[in-house]
Amino acid sequence: MSTDTTTHTEEHGMSNAGYIKIALILAAITALEVSTYYVDFGRLFMPALMIMMVVKFIMVVSYFMHLKFDNKMFTWIFYAGLILAIGVYCVALATFHFFS
Amino acid sequence: MSADHAVASHDAHVTSTGLSNVKVGMWLFLGSECLLFGGLISTYMLYRGRVGTGPTPMQVFDIPFTSVSSFVLLMSSLTMVLGVSAAHKGDDRNTYLWVAVTALLGATFVGGQVYEFTAFYNEGMGFSTSLFTSSFYVLTGFHGVHVTVGIIMLMSTLGIMKRSKVPGSKSETVEMLGLYWHFVDIVWIIIFTLIYLIPV
Repeated sequence: MSTDTTTHTEEHGMSNAGYIKIALILAAITALEVSTYYVDFGRLFMPALMIMMVVKFIMVVSYFMHLKFDNKMFTWIFYAGLILAIGVYCVALATFHFFS
Repeated sequence: MSADHAVASHDAHVTSTGLSNVKVGMWLFLGSECLLFGGLISTYMLYRGRVGTGPTPMQVFDIPFTSVSSFVLLMSSLTMVLGVSAAHKGDDRNTYLWVAVTALLGATFVGGQVYEFTAFYNEGMGFSTSLFTSSFYVLTGFHGVHVTVGIIMLMSTLGIMKRSKVPGSKSETVEMLGLYWHFVDIVWIIIFTLIYLIPV
């Protein structure tokens, strides 16, 4: 029985309490993101927002979408699409002098 | 080994990769969706300053309202993952419950978006008012359509599960639905930060 439970946890990720903890962390980061709209973070504003966005993204993908626990092939498939998209559109935006 | 696990082992298909073809297909689809939303987000970033004589983003955006909508969608990801977890355990009752709550939270988000669009329109922000408004409506509209499709799939799955009593072995269906729903959530995480929180 204990072997079954271990196998189940490995295949499907975390316990429900774990998911709730992740959701609470995500909610706290969202609250912090919203606070940047009202509080002046100075030069830290943009880097802080970008970091929080990336952390939330990775947490949802890793824990809620189970990429952290699943076969690495799925991670490669998804991040290949994501990196391709970021690369293609960064080049496209660069041609419009968006970053200048 | 429980009866559900026994059924799951019996129903599992042997594939050349050793991975579920359905799951590989879903991840490929989500990877391709990154390109779709990447294009829409890039277009918005390019045109967000092109307001012409229309309102600017900062004049129309209601950050407190959108923050609540974002929170609702984020919590729907939690309810979805709880539904997937229940489906894996063969707990039909909790699967129905969490999938239904997810659909409800999704509908709340879409309702909020309809309200927001109506308010923007009343403030003079039509679809063709400026390049900013066009790219904004296309991006957030496409996302809203994705959420709506997700709600339809959630409700359809609930109906199918009720009629055919989908057991634990069919939990992959709920898991695929969960992957799509979480993807819609992570797209909104990016939209909320880049479109709403970063001033032009």
